[in-house]
Parts: sequence; structure tokens; C-alpha cells
Amino acid sequence: MSEVEETLKRIQGHRGVIGTIVVNMEGIPIRTTLDNSTTVQYAGLITQLTSKARSTVRDIDPQNDLTFLRIRSKKHEIMVAPENEYLLIVIQNPDAV
Amino acid sequence: MHNHACLLFSIQAGGMSDIMARRRTRIKDGDDMTDIGDGTEAEDWMQHKNLVKPEDQLDLNEGQLKEEFTRILTANNPHAPQNIVRYSFKERQYKQTSSVDQLAIHFALDGNMIHKESDEAKRQRARLGIPEAVPSEHAGSEGGEATPAAGAAEGEEQAKEEAAEEAKDGAATPAPGEGESTGSKKLTNQFNYSERASQTYNNPYRERGTATEPPPRATFSGNVTQWDIFDAYQEDFEKQEKSKEKKVVPGRREEEKTRKKLTITETQGEDISRLNKASKIVERMVNQNTFDDIAQDFKYWEDPSDEYRENEGTLLPLWRFTYEKAKKLAVTSLCWNPKYKDLFAVSFGSYDFMKQGNGMILFNSMKNPSFPEFVYETDSGVMCLDLHPEHPYLIAVGFYDGSVGIFNVERKEPVHRCTAKNGKHTDPVWQVRWQADDLENNHNFYSVSSDGRIVHWTIIKNELTYQDVICLTLPDTTAEGPDGTKVNTVGCGTAFDFHRKNDYLFLVGTEEGKIHMCSKAYTSQFLDSVDAHNMAVYKVRWNPYHPNIYVTCSADWTVKIWEMSSKTSIDKSDTSNDANSRKPLFTFDLNNSVGDVAWSPYSSTVFAAVTADGKVFIYDLHINKYEPLCEQMVAQKKKTKLTHIEFNPVYPMVIVGDDRGNVTSLKLSPNLRKMPKEKKGAPPMDPKQKEENEIAKLEKLLSMVREPPVDSVKK
Repeated sequence: MSEVEETLKRIQGHRGVIGTIVVNMEGIPIRTTLDNSTTVQYAGLITQLTSKARSTVRDIDPQNDLTFLRIRSKKHEIMVAPENEYLLIVIQNPDAV
Repeated sequence: MHNHACLLFSIQAGGMSDIMARRRTRIKDGDDMTDIGDGTEAEDWMQHKNLVKPEDQLDLNEGQLKEEFTRILTANNPHAPQNIVRYSFKERQYKQTSSVDQLAIHFALDGNMIHKESDEAKRQRARLGIPEAVPSEHAGSEGGEATPAAGAAEGEEQAKEEAAEEAKDGAATPAPGEGESTGSKKLTNQFNYSERASQTYNNPYRERGTATEPPPRATFSGNVTQWDIFDAYQEDFEKQEKSKEKKVVPGRREEEKTRKKLTITETQGEDISRLNKASKIVERMVNQNTFDDIAQDFKYWEDPSDEYRENEGTLLPLWRFTYEKAKKLAVTSLCWNPKYKDLFAVSFGSYDFMKQGNGMILFNSMKNPSFPEFVYETDSGVMCLDLHPEHPYLIAVGFYDGSVGIFNVERKEPVHRCTAKNGKHTDPVWQVRWQADDLENNHNFYSVSSDGRIVHWTIIKNELTYQDVICLTLPDTTAEGPDGTKVNTVGCGTAFDFHRKNDYLFLVGTEEGKIHMCSKAYTSQFLDSVDAHNMAVYKVRWNPYHPNIYVTCSADWTVKIWEMSSKTSIDKSDTSNDANSRKPLFTFDLNNSVGDVAWSPYSSTVFAAVTADGKVFIYDLHINKYEPLCEQMVAQKKKTKLTHIEFNPVYPMVIVGDDRGNVTSLKLSPNLRKMPKEKKGAPPMDPKQKEENEIAKLEKLLSMVREPPVDSVKK
């Protein structure tokens, strides 16, 4: 098992973590721990949001780039880490004990 | 000869009219022949049957005349280019075109005639004074000089045929007989003009075309943002740089190739591995959420009860670092990373002689308390480690089997590991310590082992070389071997520490409870020796501020603070009595074996110690010279022994290791890190001033203790 897979497994094992999704450069989820429809919804919407966020950052300063996107909502925290055109999306409920 | 051939041709060409023949001969025979009004006399062309031979014409016999010379006339223009190429979109290449334009224009003439009855003509005439009404006869009389004989007299057909012939020959049209008058004939031509007409061959109009397949088309659309443009320029710039580099340094090409290969393998690798960095960040992020309360405590919580207690403090447990595979091992040393203040290395082994097994090195980060950053498993227990202060990726490691090794964080396997052939210790290595690079910039470190040797290791050209610095001999005691021979027993080194300023000076603690002061320069003898403890010395450390003060801890339940003896006492040190008589400045009894002691980095008077019954003691000599400010049970279970403690270099916290593989981080309450009050409004102290203050603070204490020790105890 590769290092990344182990890390992903550990993340999923953390308390409060609802799901992890890996989205490839076409916006297609290639790995998920959630059900199909939720995954598709998250993948589609988050990809758009991330590209918009990245575009914003880069428009302000082209030498800059987006490295991480953290969305805190009432219920969850959605963490988005773009790397090499891939997206790692983790949804966590920080209040879960 | 040419004439002859042409003549022949005209004869052989069948179906040619007689007139043709006549014309031909006339032309060929020369222009000097006067043109006779053709078609005016019927007999004329009978006469012409008799060929007039030029004088220089060759005489040919019948056979020769009958001989046929075949000439093929084609419509091709001999001067037309044969090698025209055109680009074919269908085949995407240049193709030679077979069709060549054969049209050749030999003569072109633009007329400047105007119609007689046109307004302009009238105007011109008016200007010249020619009467308006011009009789038609006038045209006729004028036409006498203008009308060509050929045009008027001969029929249209003939003119055409003639023209064809003439075009072929390429010869100029014979000048029409000018003087000849056809006077009587009335011209139907209403133009009043003088004519020098010529009729050229009309090249037949040809057209050839090919339709090629249309090139593929695609429609692009998109928004261009500023960073798109920036990226495009950047890419282009990099390309240019690369091409420049290639030209300048051809030797680099190989390197580049390997790099390319690497990138290829990287991109081809499992999709998921692209997320290496991202997954690590997210893991930390998830941990941050999970341990949010601890992180908040670490940053902001200060024990409010400290305000109401004078000289007491508490330790707040923060993260606990555990690792499944290390649970049965004991923490044998701790070391903060000198560069990343949240990262520390932990070595795992076993202090139990009977339960030796494998070892482990872990790197833990406060940012991810649930899982270590790096894991190295070793075949022998790791008893100590040290991170290089300037190259924190280099880890010096001492093993229970007596070997030392060097790990590089970037690699999985040890970079160096000594063997029995090259200087391996015969007993466990208890401490290793990096030294500043030597004059040749080689990395080097020292190790101390219970085989009594202190060895200086140097990495020279990727090889680990060794040199024994000192052997801890016990001069007076010799043991008797089984066969009666006397064997020199050696002292067992357990700990050492190098002086902060005097690079050559270092202290060695031994299992016999002695402290030796040694110099790197003298390998045969000690500068000083003290019988410090009754049992094994576990740790010796110089004070980080005061150059003459050091602390020791031992299995005999005590922590002692010493002052380095002056030079005069060194001279006397050849008597062992002197060593015995020396007294420590402070002695603290902790009621259990003291595993480790450490000075705080922020104050010259604060130190911490851990004991085998699971307690952490924190002293501040400035506040209380006899009692600890804090004595706190840290271990989770009763029987757990604490083995090591280390202060974080910047944050107010300590990490404590126990013999069950746990590392606990604890935050020091405000009372434990009280600093001398600064004057309000005073500029912040620079490090030098702070150091002086700290030394003065300790010196003040020492002056009270140095006087007859009996007094101070009584007090």
C-alpha cells in the first residue's frame, strides 16, 4: 500500500471525518468513501468552486497560487487540497466527539 | 537548310490549299518579292506552279525529296516552365502540377481610335478646322493609303489562315503592300484610320482546376485571464532558458535526461500518489480540528491559579504521541529539530538487558500528533540520537549493539552504519553528539559507550572513519582474570556533554558515578575527576548560560549541580582524595532514580528532571533553592517510568518520554517560566544582555552557596 493510501486511510479513520473524495483533473471522482450521488454532487460543485477560487487568487497575482481551501459551515468543515491538478476533498464534522 | 525543311513540310502537309502553297513559297523565297494583287488575275496562280529556286538551294534527287521528315507540332509553349509546384492541402505537401499555362503572347497592341461620329471626334475635328460634314468618299480616298492589301482584297478566311501560319512560324507579318490601291472599292469601314494590322494566333483558352479536400476546421473559444497570459509567457521563458542552458552546458544534458525520466515515472505513477503533499496537509488539518481544544490550550491557556500561588506551578498535558509499533519499547532519547520547532525525533529501544529487541526512530510533529512524520525501524535498539544543528536532516544514532549510524531523513535506509571492522563499540552506545564541521568541512560526531571508549566519528567522502579520543581507564583498580593475569578495568561511559564555548572541553559521566572532565586534545588523562554519585550517572549537562556550571543526575535518586573547578584544583587532581572531597553546589533528592535532567533554554536557573516513578520535577533556583516549583505525576499508569525530558527551544513546553513508548507534551504554567521583571517601557533586551543578566542571576545564587557549604545547609 502506498504512502498516500495509508495517509488517506488514517484520515478516514479520524473521528468526525465523514468522507474523503479524490477528484482527478477532469473533475471525475476516482476514489471516494461516500455514496455515489453525494460524491458526484460534491465533486462537481467543489471542483467549480476551487477553480473559481484559484482563478481569483491568480488573477490578483499571477505568481501566486491556491494551495488549500477550507470551508467552514454550520455542520461541517470541507477541506480541499489541490495538487497536480488533482483535488483531495475531506469532509469533517469538527464537533463530533 | 531551314528553308528546305519548311518547303518540304508545306508540300507534305496534305489538304492545304493551293493559295497556301503559293503564299508559302513566296514567304520563304524572301520578302523582296513584290506582292501581286492576289486573286485579281486567274492565271497568276497557274504561273506560280513554276517554283522559283533560289540560287543557293540544294539540288535533291527524287529519293531525297521523297524522304520524309516527321515533325510534330504541338501547342506547347517551349518556354513555359515545366516544374511548377503547388501546395496540396489534401496531402499536406508540395506537388508538381502537370498543367502549365502554354499561352504565349507575342504581340499586343492597344488601339487609340475613336469613333468618327462620336462627340470627341467631332470636337477634335472642330479644333483642327475640318468641316463637320465629311463625305463618305473622303474615307475612301484616305483609305487608299491606309487599307492593307491583304485585309481588303483577300477574304476573311484567308486572313485567318495566314495568321495561323504566321503565328506558327513566329515570323513577322509581311508588311502589307502599302502603295497598292484598291481605289475603286468603297470601304464599308466607317472608321477613318490608317491600319497596320496584325492578326496573331488566338491561343485556345484552357482551364484546368482541381478541388482539394478542405483542411480541417475547429472552433476555439474561451476566456483569457491575466494568469493564462502569464503562464504562457512563463512557459515560453522557461523554454528559452532551457535552450540557452543546453547551448552553454552540454554536460548537463545527462542530468536533465535523468530528471526527465524521473518526471516521467512520477507522472506515470499511480494516480493517487500525486496527492502526496495534499494528503499530508489534509491529515494535519483534520488533526487540527480533532485536537482543536489542545491546540487552543497550547497557544493561549495560562493557568489562572498561578496568580494566587506564590512559588508553585503546574504542567498542562497537551498532546500524547504514541505509535502502535513502539508501544513495547522505551523512549531512549528525545531531540527537537533545530529548524522546525514543532518537530522532534524520538529514539526507541529497551533499557532492560533481558528484553533487547528491535529499535525505532520516529519523527513526531505537534501538527500531527496522531501519526509520526517519519518512521525508521532498526534491527537493534536505538539508545540515543542527535540531530545535526545545521543540517537537521542528518541524524546520528547509537545502537544497543554498539554500532553508530547516520540516517538521512530523505532516505529510508541508514546512510552509514559502522561494523565490527571499523570501530564499533563493544557495548551499548549511550550518547552521540554532533560537533561543528572540522577544518575540511567534514561532518563529525562523538559517541560514548559503556565499553569505556569515546570515539570521534568523521564522514570523509561518504565513509565513516573513527578515532578513539579517550579511554575511561580506572587507574588504581585492576581486576584479576581467570588465569591470574591482571586486566585493567575500564570505566563505563554513560553520558557526556560538550562545553558550549570551549570547544575542546567535555564532561563524561560513568556508570561508577564519576564525572570526568576531558579535553579533545589530551587522550591519556582527565583534566579533572569527581566522584559525583554513588550509582550510574544518567545525564550530564552544561548550563546554557553560565560557562562553569553543570548538572548531573543519577540512579542514586539525586540531581546535583556542580561548578567547574579552577585551574589550581586541576593540578591537585592527581590525588583521588581531592576528587572525593569535592562537594556539589546543590543536591536534590527526588526519591527515585532520576532518568534525565535538562536545563531550560529561557532561564539559567530553571531545570527539569524526570524520575522512574513517573514524576516530573521542575526547579527554579532563583525562586526556591530547596524545593521544586512543580512535582507532577505525568505517567498514565503507576508502574510507568519516565526516561527522558527535553525543553522546546522556543515554546514554553517540555516533552517527556516513558518506557512504554509514549511521549507526552506538557505546557509550563506561567510560574514555571517567570523571568526577572523588566522595566516597563524599556526596550526589549537583546540576547547578549539577556545572557549577561542570566549569568548574573546565577552568579548571585552561587555566591551564597560557595561560602562554606555547611552554612548554606544550615540556613
